[in-house]
Amino acid sequence: MQCQECGKRPATLHFTKIVNGEKTEFHICEACAREKGELIPGTAGGFSIHSLLSGLLDFSPATSSQASGVKPAENLHCEKCGLTYSQFSKLGRFGCSSCYKYFNDRLDPLLRRVHGNTTHVGKVPRRVGGHIHMKRKLDDLRRELQYRVLHEQFEEAAALRDQIRELEKNISAE
Amino acid sequence: MGNLQFTEQPLSEWMNRDGNESNIVISTRVRIARNLVECPFPILATNQQSEEVLNQFEQVLSDERMQPFGQLHPIELDDLDDLDKQVLVEKHLISPSLVTESRNGAAFISDDESLSIMVNEEDHLRIQCLYPGLQVKEAWEKASAVDDIFEDHVDYAFDDKRGYLTSCPTNVGTGLRASVMIHLPALALTSQIGRILSAVTQVGLAVRGIYGEGSETVGNLFQISNQITLGQNESEIIDNLYGVVVQIIEHEKAAREKLLSDSRIRIMDRIMRSYGILSYSEIIDSKEAAQRLSDVRLGVDLGFVNVPFHALNELNVMTQPGFLQKRQGGNMSPGERDIYRAKVIREHLKDNLQ
Ligand SMILES: [Zn+2]
Ligand SMILES: [Zn+2]
Repeated sequence: MQCQECGKRPATLHFTKIVNGEKTEFHICEACAREKGELIPGTAGGFSIHSLLSGLLDFSPATSSQASGVKPAENLHCEKCGLTYSQFSKLGRFGCSSCYKYFNDRLDPLLRRVHGNTTHVGKVPRRVGGHIHMKRKLDDLRRELQYRVLHEQFEEAAALRDQIRELEKNISAE
Repeated sequence: MGNLQFTEQPLSEWMNRDGNESNIVISTRVRIARNLVECPFPILATNQQSEEVLNQFEQVLSDERMQPFGQLHPIELDDLDDLDKQVLVEKHLISPSLVTESRNGAAFISDDESLSIMVNEEDHLRIQCLYPGLQVKEAWEKASAVDDIFEDHVDYAFDDKRGYLTSCPTNVGTGLRASVMIHLPALALTSQIGRILSAVTQVGLAVRGIYGEGSETVGNLFQISNQITLGQNESEIIDNLYGVVVQIIEHEKAAREKLLSDSRIRIMDRIMRSYGILSYSEIIDSKEAAQRLSDVRLGVDLGFVNVPFHALNELNVMTQPGFLQKRQGGNMSPGERDIYRAKVIREHLKDNLQ
């Protein structure tokens, strides 16, 4: 969610303010809160959560799209659920899991602004993520192989090499 | 559904247990968002598809590994009347959007109300664990264990690079939102709250609070949660939140000490006035009730007032509009609620005199 003051940084302070019994939500970033010298800006204006998020998603690499060869947003849609990129921008929601694949080229800048990151490093489901577990194991084995070679433990290294070959065969067979 | 057990009592059973730091931290909540790979997300799912999602999840509940979590009661939102829905939201057992936006929305709530599994909310599946006091790791481990059981039965939407795929880009990756509800009256009274909360947001956390007419918070309650779900793993998220909350607790404790040493009589006066108003008033609105309850809660910790914390936790729920109307048995105007609220508070404090 975007800061409602500067419209640039993600909002990290979320407050509900009650004036004459009417609730208004505030979403601002730390920098703006600091600049204002207070946590809560004085007035709410016609702010809505949806306009914020869609403002964030509208951040399309329009200026660089010709140069980078990224498809123009108007032609972009998810072939599984039919959601277009512009619908996604307005809704702030994906339509199905395949949207991530079809909108992939445009997601990095968006995710970097929301999370400061683009790549998952956490939990992996055991069944669906079977090959990911294997890849992570492969990385471990390769590291160990390097270590053994470096320390001239060639017998162990040969065993590791066999293990790695076997695992690689399994992964490519999938 | 005539008598829903969860809307009869204000205090969930899980709240009765002792939590860490429970004089400052009210509760810990962890939720994880998951989706099925084959079905469109709830905003695009047809009626038939969302029904199918619900059926799939219902079957998981008969897995014997679910037994340690206690009996899970199925609640279909379409079967509930509006007041019951509102009370479930006020008790944090379901989310507001499950009420307003869901199609074939359902929840499975454990007997002690510490586990709530929401279906067809913004995502197909949301597993929520509630704990008293500060227990972030415990809540995460329980939610993750339930997640493992579901994962054995259904195919989650998961991607090598993006992690668990969610309807909203703000949840993608771990799908994990951990939050702590914390009561910070002394930091508010000593005007340090802004500085501290602002620092909290610099380490990837978000703060939610409620402000009244001026700059004063209502009830001095803040919810601190992780903002980032992508690029940090679950233990980093959990440890970061825990570590920051522990520091905030230290600041709040120090501020309470300082209030006691610098202005004992004034803070005592404020607390006792609030206690008096709660004990004797005939009309009280929800905002004032929250503020006075905050004062009394501080008074209990400082030893000026002798009311058990659980009675105050109960009043936090009992004074909400939905619960008041549920208890009274029908719709009430705001004016009628203010009168009834005062009565409920007076009687509850009298019942809990020690
Ligand atoms: Zn800003
Ligand atoms: Zn799609």
